[in-house]
Amino acid sequence: MKLLQIATQLAVALLLPPLLLGVIVKVKAFFAGRVGAPLLQLYRDVWKLWRKGSVFSTTTTWVFKAGPVVNLASVLVAVLLMPLGTHRALLSFAGDAILFAYLLALGRFFTIVAALDTGSSFEGMGAAREATFSALAEPGLFLGLMALARKSGSVSLSQMLGPKLLDAWFDSGGALVLVIASFFVVLLAENSRIPFDDPNTHLELTMIHEVMVLDHSGPALGMILYGAALKLFLLGALIARLVTPISTGNPWLDWLVFVVAMVGLSGLVGIVESTMARLRLLHLPRLLVAASIISVFAIILAR
Amino acid sequence: MIAWFVLVAIGLAGASGVPGLFFARSSSAGERIAVGMLSSAAALALFAIGHVVISGAAAELSLSWAVPGGALSIRIDALAAFFLVPIFAISALGAIYGLEYWAQAQQQQNGRRLRLVYGLIVAGLAITTVAANGMLFLAGWEVMTLAAFVAIGTEDHLPGTRAASYLYLVATRVGTLCLFAMFALIYGSTRSFALVHMDWLTPGPATAIFVLGLLGFGIKAGVMPLHIWLPSAHAAAPSHVSALMSGVLIKIGIYGLVRTLSLLPTPPVWWAVLLLSLGGVSGVLGVAFAIGQHDIKRLLAYHSIENIGIILLGIGVAVLGRALHRPELVVLGLAGGLLHVWNHGLFKGLLFLSAGAVIHACHTREIDQLGGLLPKMPRTSILFLIGAVAICGLPPLNGFVSELLVYLGLFDAARSSQAEVWLAPSLAAAALALIGGLALACFVKVFGAAFLGHRRSNHSAAAHDGGGLLLAPMGVLAACCMVIGLAPATIARFLNLAVAVFGPVPTSSSLQALAPFSYLSLASAILLACALGGGALLARRLQSGTSAGLTWDCGYVAPGKRMQYSSSSFAEMLVGLFQWALRPKVHRERVPGFFPRPTRFASQVDDAVLDQLLRPAIASVGGWLNRLRWLQPGSLNLYLLYVVFALVLGLVWARGVHPQ
Repeated sequence: MKLLQIATQLAVALLLPPLLLGVIVKVKAFFAGRVGAPLLQLYRDVWKLWRKGSVFSTTTTWVFKAGPVVNLASVLVAVLLMPLGTHRALLSFAGDAILFAYLLALGRFFTIVAALDTGSSFEGMGAAREATFSALAEPGLFLGLMALARKSGSVSLSQMLGPKLLDAWFDSGGALVLVIASFFVVLLAENSRIPFDDPNTHLELTMIHEVMVLDHSGPALGMILYGAALKLFLLGALIARLVTPISTGNPWLDWLVFVVAMVGLSGLVGIVESTMARLRLLHLPRLLVAASIISVFAIILAR
Repeated sequence: MIAWFVLVAIGLAGASGVPGLFFARSSSAGERIAVGMLSSAAALALFAIGHVVISGAAAELSLSWAVPGGALSIRIDALAAFFLVPIFAISALGAIYGLEYWAQAQQQQNGRRLRLVYGLIVAGLAITTVAANGMLFLAGWEVMTLAAFVAIGTEDHLPGTRAASYLYLVATRVGTLCLFAMFALIYGSTRSFALVHMDWLTPGPATAIFVLGLLGFGIKAGVMPLHIWLPSAHAAAPSHVSALMSGVLIKIGIYGLVRTLSLLPTPPVWWAVLLLSLGGVSGVLGVAFAIGQHDIKRLLAYHSIENIGIILLGIGVAVLGRALHRPELVVLGLAGGLLHVWNHGLFKGLLFLSAGAVIHACHTREIDQLGGLLPKMPRTSILFLIGAVAICGLPPLNGFVSELLVYLGLFDAARSSQAEVWLAPSLAAAALALIGGLALACFVKVFGAAFLGHRRSNHSAAAHDGGGLLLAPMGVLAACCMVIGLAPATIARFLNLAVAVFGPVPTSSSLQALAPFSYLSLASAILLACALGGGALLARRLQSGTSAGLTWDCGYVAPGKRMQYSSSSFAEMLVGLFQWALRPKVHRERVPGFFPRPTRFASQVDDAVLDQLLRPAIASVGGWLNRLRWLQPGSLNLYLLYVVFALVLGLVWARGVHPQ
């Protein structure tokens, strides 16, 4: 039974993420009045890329290949730390929330140095933007975690998002609403979604994440796409559990709740992308600072 | 007996530069003897430290000394032992590195002088650390401080180096003055220079001692805004001296602060808030200034200020724990701060040494003149990369472990319900998160600009890895970074013992009980396995079907290496965001017409505290003090007369205050 739970949890965590991006694309297509790519397109893309050949720039070194690998490895370990719905994380201990945030940072470090390895000024631009905006997103994430830690009395994600979450909603729901708002901004920034970055843009000069991986091709690009989907899934799981603090008592029903919440969240990201324009690059720091300040209010309210 | 080992080690280290003075300038015998003496000093000291840690008992020794109020009493408890480890280990590694980096054969002008003061710095640091008497502490402090002045000025034919060493000297005089005042206050309270617990001290003198200590030790440690001497001094000194100074010497300020705090009675909460605020400011602004630098060594120096900030955050949590009588906060905060002292010594030593190897090969410190070094210096590059990942506090290396302990302390403290207690730790945790993000931005910038891409100038055309004497010390430091990161439980016992100086720790809140060391090792192991497995999988997949091409350049057919994103362009956005503190100077020429002529652009981030705050203030005070200039005519015998005069006045005053 225990083994089955672990297997289910791993299967959901590893197989669901590409679907979320499919949902986002579908929602955007709906708003634009198009049919859109199939829901399962990303699964096909990753599989196809894995079998393709690749081109490496003569400028690049092993760092260029290490980027996608280390990024994927760190996101995979982060998967072990994230509770999914009511299900505890596979690996949970005091301080796992901090390890989680720093694992994402490790992935970012190697993604950025891989981009700089090409010597391209476009990729340099994207790398600089990624480094800047994600540095400014960190305080928002940590202050939000701090609010949850104050509420739950623990620095472990599985406790923060544990069975006492429902009581916390009744107790200080306002704080949790603010935390959710702040985490949503962090999610959009960390995953390079509108209003921070437009994943569909075609002009290298205006990209952030896409331009950093411009030179990657074949299996390495597949790893990057899959890693990005996992990252969206992880930060999404954080928010999805906060929004659905309930426990049905039946593990399979809980999984259903979780999947529905995740799909709903992806739909929300799609709606944001369809109804908003991306912000001017120079205005993005303000939004990130605002997210941090919202989290400070959440800490004050979380008693 | 064990204390004698340390004394002999101090003697060996202090005298390590002396034999070289008796050899010809061109002879390399002196430097080999010096390395031998420093290495054996390190071996002796580490043996003694091992004994202290295993037995858990402090080693003591007391001899009489002719200095009034002084006593040659030394005491090696776990805290002193903890600081002795990097002092002896990193100095010995630096000396080995110096054999190739600053070889006597090439540096005949100043090699012997540098080695003499190098040994004296080590001895001074060690004396300060083991001293159980205020006079001995100050004696060691001054030996170390003045020897470091000579070491910074090694290349004193360069005007910039002379300016840096004088700035350092002036700053240390202010710091030492504060420490004299502090020890005078301690003497006034205890009637002795012995460093003993002063639990009965009233809040007034305790606060005065704390503030004076914070100033005096803060200047040495480079706490923002007392850091003014640090960037230029670290940049001017030879790289292995920079490694010693940044990795070890500035930590003596932290040692002094922790030691002083351990002697003072239970602190009020506002001390902790002050320490947390100073830590946050040092950390965030230290890394912000670092991002704006073009000189790789100045950049690393500003990161020392950042890391001192992180250490202060840890100490702040510990002081908060003492104030609130919560031993778990003391353990997490102090263990985090102390471990970060070691960690910073390791990865900053590694970074300064590898930056030195780059400077040795390319003859420039300008990041934007380097580029494309990775294929030419593969070993140095990977060592620098390990240091860069470690200093950003990323798992699975050592920087993450100490930052995690500090975070755990901050999160624990922030759970309190009193507003004056939870607000500071909450904001400090956010500051630490921001520090982490900015440090990452800074080090991807350095690594990317210096080691990746195409070479940006001819400086790096003939670059190649250094010899074994350069690489081996770096390899040892990198290995230590990995061991502490992967198996942090190995040093838990040492940390527990060292933390006990802040008062006994119940076993329920020992470090092993509070920190998730085994989980951390497990997660690190999984991470390594995933990375290696993924790497192997990708490598296998790439065995066929790969081809080489040019970097994508939007269809432009002739990309040039000067079109690469430079380190200044990488930093431009962040420098702009921190403009209010950094005050960058930008020189930009107008670009007129459709076919403009060649133009120039320059940007520079100087030390705003020094240039915008201190220099104008000192200039105005100095102008006023010029009226007293007649007191200072430059004649030595008049100065001696002043000394006699002051002494007589002092004696008369003392007789009036304490008639026998």
